[in-house]
Amino acid sequence: MGMLRAVDKSVIIAWGFVVLLLATASIVLQTGSFFSSQYLLQQLQIATFLGIVASGAMVVILLGHIDLSIPWIVTVGGMMSTAAAGWWDPALAVPFGLLAGLAFGVLNGVGVAFLRIPSMIFTLGVNTVAQGLMVLHTGGFAPQDHATDLMHFLAVGRTVGNIPNAVFVWVLVGLLIVFMLRYTPLGRYIYAIGNKEGATYLSGVDTRLVIIGCFAISGVCSALAGIMLAGHTTKAYQAMGDPFLLPAIAAVVLGGTNILGGRGTYAGTIAGVILITILQSILAVMQMPEAGRQVIFGVVIVVMLLVYGRGQRVQG
Amino acid sequence: MAEASTKTPFWRMERVSKHYGGVIALDGVDFQCERGEIHAVLGENGAGKSTLIKIMAGVVQPTSGQMFLEGQPVTFPTPVAATDHGIVCIFQELSLMPDLSVADNICITSPPGRWGFIDHKAQKRRAEELLARVGCADVHPGELVKNLPLSRRQMVEIAKALGREPKLLILDEATSALTSADVEEVYKILARLREQNLSILYISHRMHEIEQLADNCSVFRNGRHVETFDKGTRTDDEIVQLMIGREYSQVYPPKPKHAVAPQPRLEVKNLSWEDSLHDVSLTVGKGEIVGIGGLDGQGQRELLLALFGVLRGTSGSIAIDGQPASIGSPGTAKSAKYRIALIPEDRKSEGLMLPMSVRDNISMASISSLTKGLVVDRAAEDQKIDEMVRKLSIKVGDLNDAVATLSGGNQQKVVIAKWLMTDANTILLNDPTRGIDVGTKQEIYQLLRDLADAGAAILYYTTDYDELIGCCDRVYILYDGRIIRELDGDDITEHNIVASSLNLPLEQREERAGQ
Amino acid sequence: MKDTRLWLAQNYGPLLAFIVFALMFYTFIARHPVGLTVPVATTAANKAVLLALIGMAQTVPVLTGGLDLSVGFMVVMTNTVASVIVVGSPLQTALGVIGVLAVGMTAGFINGAIVVYGRLQPIITTLATGAVYFGIALFIRPIPGGTVNYDFADFMTFTVFETIPTTLVLLLIVVVFIWIPFRRSTLGRGCYAAGSAEGAAYLSGVNIDRSKLAAYTMSGLLCAIAGLVLTFITGSGEASGPQGATFTLASIAAVVIGGTSLYGGTGTAIGSIFGAFILRTIDDLLFVFDLPPLWQPLFQGVVLLTAVSLGAFAVIRIRNRLDLFQ
Repeated sequence: MGMLRAVDKSVIIAWGFVVLLLATASIVLQTGSFFSSQYLLQQLQIATFLGIVASGAMVVILLGHIDLSIPWIVTVGGMMSTAAAGWWDPALAVPFGLLAGLAFGVLNGVGVAFLRIPSMIFTLGVNTVAQGLMVLHTGGFAPQDHATDLMHFLAVGRTVGNIPNAVFVWVLVGLLIVFMLRYTPLGRYIYAIGNKEGATYLSGVDTRLVIIGCFAISGVCSALAGIMLAGHTTKAYQAMGDPFLLPAIAAVVLGGTNILGGRGTYAGTIAGVILITILQSILAVMQMPEAGRQVIFGVVIVVMLLVYGRGQRVQG
Repeated sequence: MAEASTKTPFWRMERVSKHYGGVIALDGVDFQCERGEIHAVLGENGAGKSTLIKIMAGVVQPTSGQMFLEGQPVTFPTPVAATDHGIVCIFQELSLMPDLSVADNICITSPPGRWGFIDHKAQKRRAEELLARVGCADVHPGELVKNLPLSRRQMVEIAKALGREPKLLILDEATSALTSADVEEVYKILARLREQNLSILYISHRMHEIEQLADNCSVFRNGRHVETFDKGTRTDDEIVQLMIGREYSQVYPPKPKHAVAPQPRLEVKNLSWEDSLHDVSLTVGKGEIVGIGGLDGQGQRELLLALFGVLRGTSGSIAIDGQPASIGSPGTAKSAKYRIALIPEDRKSEGLMLPMSVRDNISMASISSLTKGLVVDRAAEDQKIDEMVRKLSIKVGDLNDAVATLSGGNQQKVVIAKWLMTDANTILLNDPTRGIDVGTKQEIYQLLRDLADAGAAILYYTTDYDELIGCCDRVYILYDGRIIRELDGDDITEHNIVASSLNLPLEQREERAGQ
Repeated sequence: MKDTRLWLAQNYGPLLAFIVFALMFYTFIARHPVGLTVPVATTAANKAVLLALIGMAQTVPVLTGGLDLSVGFMVVMTNTVASVIVVGSPLQTALGVIGVLAVGMTAGFINGAIVVYGRLQPIITTLATGAVYFGIALFIRPIPGGTVNYDFADFMTFTVFETIPTTLVLLLIVVVFIWIPFRRSTLGRGCYAAGSAEGAAYLSGVNIDRSKLAAYTMSGLLCAIAGLVLTFITGSGEASGPQGATFTLASIAAVVIGGTSLYGGTGTAIGSIFGAFILRTIDDLLFVFDLPPLWQPLFQGVVLLTAVSLGAFAVIRIRNRLDLFQ
């Protein structure tokens, strides 16, 4: 129960911080527009890209690993989907983009689970390979880079009232992750591996498959975000995933997930994603220059973690 | 007696208590020891011995009470403070850094040199000198500690402690990992240190060690100091009674008499692995508890791991219920086809996920069989867990509490419950009662017997000879990775086990063999 | 005899990195149209030393069992600082250099203080402080520009006695006067001890806090030196986010290729130097083998992935699967 309470506490603090941010900004800028449904929906739409990326990142972090290949797998998702539309058929765009993300995710998983290479370095290598392939792809083959109608629809379309479709995509991803973590054996195994992989193995679990599965999920989530992002900006471009890695990891950790694995809830990750999105938005609204945004971003992460994320002192 | 009260004791603790949250680990303890004596400290696990040591070594601070060294009040906020006062502890969990060299480790606290720089030549000389003192001149000071076998590491640990020029040396189960030759060496060193007027505090569970070494003994129970007495003034039975605080009898459930030889469940032939197992052949029948004995590190651990599919590159054959079995992973081992369970050696690192809930831990091995479609059937899970908690009488407040909050005995019960949930009928146990209170031990013995009576085949490795005698129907003794003896029925005696463990001939057995 | 054997066994990783680098560099020179001339060596050395310094900076926190994701941004930040203050008369320039080093050490010290006293995970701490340092760099140089004392920069990026690249001499000085004394000090050994077994180190009376603080401060100092070298090479300051990220990632790769364990406790900054040299020489080899530029990033990635995968051979030899999880 103690563990649960600690997690819940960080979720509450993160949400509290979101409200505090909005209130402070409203007071400073003397406007109520930060609490308008229009503004909040708009932020929610922007948050979906980060939210989907962070969903995958969280699953990997729960294992006690990390996925540094997110930036270029996002790009792979965007580029492969648009290219597939050009090569074959627009209907194949989304499935092919996801498939490409899955392939890179599985590659990550194989390196970490079977070759036992630290994820920090193996996913870094995969990121570089993905980058190389995409550079070659764009430069060598001049592929189609325009998003299909479906991608556009998913990213910016609105079907139910004023709510962007992108939000439903994130909700779907979130529900799947929560379902997996809470209701399936796989979810138990993920937390167990994050706590003690050796003990999980001795419980008769094939931990390698679980690890590969988690990296595959992360790959698919990254690719999905890339597909949506391409739909949002109407085209796929190089380095489109670069701005996502650090905010995604920060969002997961701010949401109370232990960076060393084994502890964390999806509710926390949602809170972390919203927190970071709102923070970035408010700094933009305040016309804070990039320099100030970076500093405040970093300081907020450190301060928030100092409030609730402190580790135990080493003793014996 | 009047003399003792006028003399200032070398080390004295007055009404020292230690509370961890609501748990009282040490309760108003008065304790003293003198120079030039070896003082044994006895008690069950949880009696407060390790808390006592941790306080003396500056690892934890007492909640209340006072400590005096040579009459002067002292406090130790850090381990360094204790060392500075000449109080040095050799901990049960090694306090060595595996990636550093032997010399670095030995001289870690106060390396020779100046201005913060280490004089490596002087350090090497010092390490060589100290290694020679503990009879380990063969250990190269430049070797990394992780490349040394466990028994050598323990000796390095002792050399390291001596290097800090202790006035009061504390040994916490320091001989448990040593070979018998090393143990002799340690005894000699301790005797020499006693002559040099050191005060030595010796914690051990091995009664014969205490008889051989100690000048006097203190017994702890439930966080209290029960009694201090001179060696030889109490019988073993009396000491044990002081430790457990109740009559020491009928610990083991009675062994059934098998009219016919039980049907074999697990048959192993010529099992070999690397340098650790050589042509091991054994049989465990349905309803049988078969013990594995021998000195520590003779291949017992590897044997169990091999049977559980953890080791790669084993040779030989395994059969379950007469069918040849190929077990490539714990996942295969626990499958419905083989139904094998392993209670591993170290429950904290191999058996449990400590921060996870009791519920998640108990169902970890069987969760995949408790699913409907993709989803865990929570009702079925809860029902089976409840059943297990009742069956093993696990003392747990809330199933959602982290398993780390349970006592050692209850943690071990959780590990056992996890495997009973899989309906295993071949159960491998690796020293399951280590670090567990006597009460829980008895429950585990009874449980094993009940399981056997219900038809399970049990292979039981324990470092405690007493358990082999009390619990097991048959016993195999391993020596250097080979089964060198099988003891049956009344032949399972302490003398036979010890002699076999040291690869000595047995008297009766040879007579029989000569017929 | 035994001493030599132990030394070889314990320095296997760095030695291997050195041999691989030597072979690669030999191939590079053999294929190079002009061969090993002073200008060729100097150009190669300047870029390689920059990366080597960043690799060394990453090594020290890694040895303690931590990680510093802010190294790249500390380099970028000190680069922008240098482009402002390392100018003017020799005295001003000297003061400027000292100022840059102080900025780097301060940044590193802040990292260490948050990790030690704030008890936050190093990964996430340096992720956040990296953003702060990048922000400061942007504040100093919103757009690329600035200058540096050109005479000094020329001296630093050319040669001594017209034969040896000055940056190589600088690297040697850093190794001999910073790394080796650190390695041999109680502080340095404390870093290894903390990375190897933190609990045991605490019980043994090692001042872990001080060692970790020193490790991160050392990381900042080495980043500042790298920032200076970068300024001498480019002659200006630029707050480039992608460059900062690339430096950080390359530093981790250099550490791993140089034989240092990411789990801490074992390895040496010398290995990271050769790890960085290997990374640099890959690029040079691609150049002399006329690989089409489009293929270069892919090739780099594949080589990096292959290099780190070589460690997997040890996994195949593991016979007890439980050892896989430690």
